[in-house]
This record gives sequence, C-alpha cells and structure tokens, in this order.
Amino acid sequence: MSDRERVLGRVRRALADVPEDDTPYDRAIPRSYAREHGVRSAEETVELLAENLADYRAVVHRCAEAELPVLIARLLAARGAKSVLVPDGLPSAWLANADPVPVPDRAESTPYELDAVDSVVTGCAVAVAETGTLVLDGGPGQGRRRITLVPDHHICVVRVPEQVVASVPQALERLSPTRPLTWISGPSATSDIELNRVEGVHGPRTLEVVFAGVIPSVGGAGRPEGTPASVGE
Amino acid sequence: MNETFVGMPAFPEAAQKALGNGTLRGNLRHATHTIRAKRAAAVAEVSDWAELREAGSRIKEHTLRHLDRYLEQLEESVTAAGGTVHWAADAAEANRIVTRLVKETGESEVVKVKSMATQEIGLNEALEAAGIRAYETDLAELIVQLGEDRPSHILVPAIHRNRAEIRDIFRTAMAGWGRPAPEGLSDSPAELAEAARLHLREKFLRARVGVSGANFMVAETGTMVVVESEGNGRMCLTLPETLISVAGLEKVVPTWRDLEVFLQTLPRSSTAERMNPYTSMWTGTTDGDGPRAFHLVLLDNGRTDTLADEVGRQALRCIRCSACLNVCPVYERAGGHAYGSVYPGPIGAILSPQLRGTASEIDASLPYASSLCGACYEVCPVAIDIPEVLVRLRERVVEGGPAVREGNRVVLRPARGHAAERAAMRAARWIFTHPDALRTGQRLASRARRLRPRTLPGPGAAWTRTRDLPEVPAEPFRDWWERTRGGKEETK
Ligand code: SF4
Repeated sequence: MSDRERVLGRVRRALADVPEDDTPYDRAIPRSYAREHGVRSAEETVELLAENLADYRAVVHRCAEAELPVLIARLLAARGAKSVLVPDGLPSAWLANADPVPVPDRAESTPYELDAVDSVVTGCAVAVAETGTLVLDGGPGQGRRRITLVPDHHICVVRVPEQVVASVPQALERLSPTRPLTWISGPSATSDIELNRVEGVHGPRTLEVVFAGVIPSVGGAGRPEGTPASVGE
Repeated sequence: MNETFVGMPAFPEAAQKALGNGTLRGNLRHATHTIRAKRAAAVAEVSDWAELREAGSRIKEHTLRHLDRYLEQLEESVTAAGGTVHWAADAAEANRIVTRLVKETGESEVVKVKSMATQEIGLNEALEAAGIRAYETDLAELIVQLGEDRPSHILVPAIHRNRAEIRDIFRTAMAGWGRPAPEGLSDSPAELAEAARLHLREKFLRARVGVSGANFMVAETGTMVVVESEGNGRMCLTLPETLISVAGLEKVVPTWRDLEVFLQTLPRSSTAERMNPYTSMWTGTTDGDGPRAFHLVLLDNGRTDTLADEVGRQALRCIRCSACLNVCPVYERAGGHAYGSVYPGPIGAILSPQLRGTASEIDASLPYASSLCGACYEVCPVAIDIPEVLVRLRERVVEGGPAVREGNRVVLRPARGHAAERAAMRAARWIFTHPDALRTGQRLASRARRLRPRTLPGPGAAWTRTRDLPEVPAEPFRDWWERTRGGKEETK
C-alpha cells in the first residue's frame, strides 16, 4: 500500500463519526465578519493607507502621474543609486529622468547579478489600506518576485485611488491565485530579538511608496502641486 | 519514528530546572508580557474579531471533517499547476522523500525557512546523516542552530535568549558555518540583524534547493501560503531552482476566499501586527519566475490519530500563532523547553500527547502542565478549547481506553501505578505548588470560567477531589477594583 492510500485510509477511518449529510461548506461557515472596517471615502482610504505604511516605516510620497519621472529621479539620486532594476511593462516615462543605469529584469540574471543592483522601481497590483500592504502579482511593471527582494531599496508606485482597496477581503477579490503573489507591508523586519521589531533583515531595508494621482491630502490643503509630501521618516 | 527530544525528563523536572534559571525566566517574562499587550491592541483594532474567530474556527473544523476530500482536491490542483505531491505517513517517510529529492538535484546543501513540520520530523538531522547540510535562515532559528540549542517558542524559537547571549553566539559560532560575525559586534538588535543579513546572504545567493513549510494550502486552487517577516522566506521560495515544502495535512483550507479570514487573524494574533512584512503565495510553478520544480510533501505523523478523537481533533485547527504561549502563566514560568517537543505551551500540551501518544513520561505529564485557567482558549484565533482537550487527555492517561495509534485502533492501559502516572502527578503537583503560576492566569481565567471543569470525569474525579483544584474567583480583586474604583462606584 502506498503512503497516499495509507494516509487517506486513516483519514477516512478517523472521520467515521461524520455523517454523510454533514453541513456543506456553503452553510458551515458564518460570513458575518466585515468586508471592510469603517466607512471611508476614497480619499480617506488612501489616507489610511499612507498612515499604515508609515507606521511600519515605509516612506510615502505623493505626486501627480505627470510628475513621476522627476520624483523617481530625485528619490534614486538621494539614495545614490548607480543602477536600477526595471521590470517589463514599467512605463518608460517613469525612469525617463533617472540617472542610474537601467538593468532589465531577465530570467537569465543570476542572484549575484541582482545583488549588485542598488534599487528597483515597480508598480503594484493592489494596495490594502487597513493593513498598509502592497501586493505585487508579477503583472506589467512588477517583474519577477526576486527583483523586489534582493536589491536593498524598493520604490513602488501605487496609482491612487484606483489601485487602493480598504481591506484584505477586498484585495483577495481583485487578485488571481494563478499568479505568484507577494504581499509587502513595510520593509523587511524581525521581532526575533526580545520581540522588538527591528527593520531590515533580508529584504529591501528601504521601502518608498509613491502615490501617483490627484488625491488632495486630508488636511494638506495648500500644499503646492509638485512638492511631494513625505511621511514616515 | 523520529521524535525530536528523545530522553526528555517529564514536564515537572524540566520546569523546575527552568525556574532555577533566572536569566531564562527574565527573558521569557519580558518577551511574553511585551507581546501580550501589543496583541491585545492589534486585536482591539478590528471590531469584528469575534466573527473572524468564529469563521476561522468553522473553516478549520469543516475542513477537518472532510479532510480526505480536501486533500485529494489539493493534490489535484497542485499537480495541475505543475507541482508534485508526495504523501508521508510518518516522519521517517517524509525524511526519506525530502532526502531523495535533494539528492536528485545533485546538491549537498539546502536553505530552510522556519517550519514547525520539518522540526517535528527532525529533517535537519536526517539530511545531515545523508551528507546534506541544512541552513536555517530565520533569525531565531539561526540563533538556535548556531547555539546548538532547542527552540522554545513557536514564533520566536530563541525567545529564551537575550541580546547579549545572541551576540555571544554569533561571535563564537558564525565562523564555523560561513561568514564570521563582523568585528566588534555589539548587542544592539539592529547590529545583530545586520550580522545575520551578511552571514546568510552568501547562502541565499548560491542556494539551489529551498525547503519550507506552509501556513495555508488552498484546496480549490493549489495555492501555498507562507507568512513571514524577514524576507528569508522569500529568498528560499524564489531564488532556488527546486522548492520542497513539507506541510501537515491540517494546513489545507477549502477556498481562496478562506484566506481573507486567516490573513486578518494570524498576523494580529501572532506578532501583533496589522500585517506581517511579507506573505508569499504561489500555485505550482511559474515559467521564468521562481523555482522550476515544486514538491509538496503532505505529512501525517500522528495527525490522523489526532483526527480520530472527536474532542482532541480540534487541536488540528491550530494556525501556530503562539498567542496561547504568550498568555500562559505556566509557560512563562516553565519555559518552552520543559514541554519536550517543538510544540511548547498550551498547544504543545494538547498536540504532542496526541501526535506521539501518551506512553512516555513526558507525553503523559503534558496534559497536567496547565492550571486549566482558560486564558489560552480566550486568545486562540480559531477557538480551540484547550482546557477541554487537556481534561480529555488526562482522562486518557489515568483511565486508558480506546485510541488510535499509527492508524490502528488500540486500547490504552491506564497509567495507574506506572512511571507515566507518577510523572503526570508530579506535573500536577508542580502547578499547584506554584501559586504564582495560578495567579497570573486569573484575570483571564475568570472570563473563561464557564469553561473550567469543576471535576475531572471518571476516576480522574476522585483524583481532583483529593487534590484541591484551586477555585478561580468570579471576579479577581484587581478587576473589581478597576471596575468600581475600590467600591466607590459599586452603587451606581
Ligand atoms: S492553539 Fe490557538 S492560540 Fe495557540 S498557537 Fe494554535 S492557533 Fe494560536
């Protein structure tokens, strides 16, 4: 008998008490929990995302779509990046003003080659406000999973408000399990030393998130266009 | 069968030793108290915690009741997505499968992301015996591995080590495993994390085989989920060419949608975060992204025996958040090592004796390593009634009776008069003679009071009668004081 048959046989014998007409899945799970927590306007949802990202030490910037090339160039320069990983499908304008040498995301690159690159710029599939989470699904402008892992500096562009959802349930509805997914909530961290959160272990130690789109910041009226507000540092 | 902590003394002896170790107690107390407060805040942030907990508990319960169906569905989905599924009835078989898979790649080392299942089966030792070196890459696991130590907590296996001890371990042991610790390494957590980053990076970059566990497996889609913080998981899951995941049968959930519950409850309940830094989800293999070969090893190793007990089976709902450890007054004083398994604390006290049986002294004494205060049940995000299972297992130790071992129906003999019973009684006495272990649990205990059995059933009843189970007051003094400001508001 194979281990498969052995294990499945044990499972069936162990469940002898479960009746044939046991409550089916659809009726067995109460779904009375919230689809999202609280009622917010699109703007407030974006604001909550900014707060929660900042709370986990991501640095949040905002600009209009047209200002992305200038802002991204500035962030890369401030970091002193000499090279930047570029996933397929990233709008070419985003890096039009950037000085670092672009390194295309290729299947053949070795991990050592990736390790020599300073920064990476990507978009995302969806962002979750309540948890301060970015989800990448390998779609256009997001690249292979490893490119947002090995370099020490990740700039992620979120189109607001359209890519932002309030909650985890809403995020899962938008995502496809057939794609490899990476959920990112702040820079890499550990709580393994006396249960204190320390940022920066194996993933990028600096995560910068750029909100692209025209969303007036709550209480931020009067901020001149083109001066990106940064929170989180 | 590979049982990791062979020759462990029974719980009371090990606990007594831990009590005598002031550093260990200090480390543990500091850590568990910190996380307790943070967790309460993270849970309070979501208004529907009770509903999420109920849904999580029902999803798991339903899955367990139809486990055969969901496992077959999972196998089909994973296979359709390009993965290969292997079944292992016990630890030895699982180790054989993983060893063979690694050998087939021609490699002699693997990088590992923290996995309870692979610790449970002693995979590292099995690989070592076959000439394959396994590198632990989770910071806490690294500390344990370098310190030639044992894990003492589910989430933070090195919780018993403080920063100065960690620095010393890094200084003395890192060089033997690869890149040495930086000169003049201090004990600041940031510097220690940096040292681990440097030490492990060379291993990640050259790794060809990764070994992981899984937090969840989705039957309908074949999706695997690994929840982590440091990014070492992502390294192991995406850089190697071959990925081998070892997961207990009970990790399966029916649908993609079910993840919406656990991705909310697990991070808040374990690390007290809204969300952990990284969660990876993959379904089979993806062309040009990540490993080209994916193997899933489904592990029984006592799980079906546990499933056979209608009361005890709820232990298989556990999502390994470790909240029950952090609130447990007995764990806080006894330390994780006293539980003699990779599963310490309240969940270990009900899981180990079911996975391994109650024949050994340590396993027979574990159901007594509790004051039944109920704090563990209160915090459990899948509502496992740990006190109920403890009572059930005490009954089994004392009275014997029918059980299933390695798939076979057996009738256990009562432990009465045997070494196992004596060990169990010593554990019980240890609890009752450490009133501080009882007191700390009280505040939560009275909230869970209805759960607390007044007497043990069967012959156990006589045992409890003669041994004075201490009463848990309806409302502890401190709560009464806070509520009434010392009686002033009592009349309102
Ligand atoms: S028993 Fe419950 S509280 Fe304890 S680790 Fe498992 S899920 Fe968490």
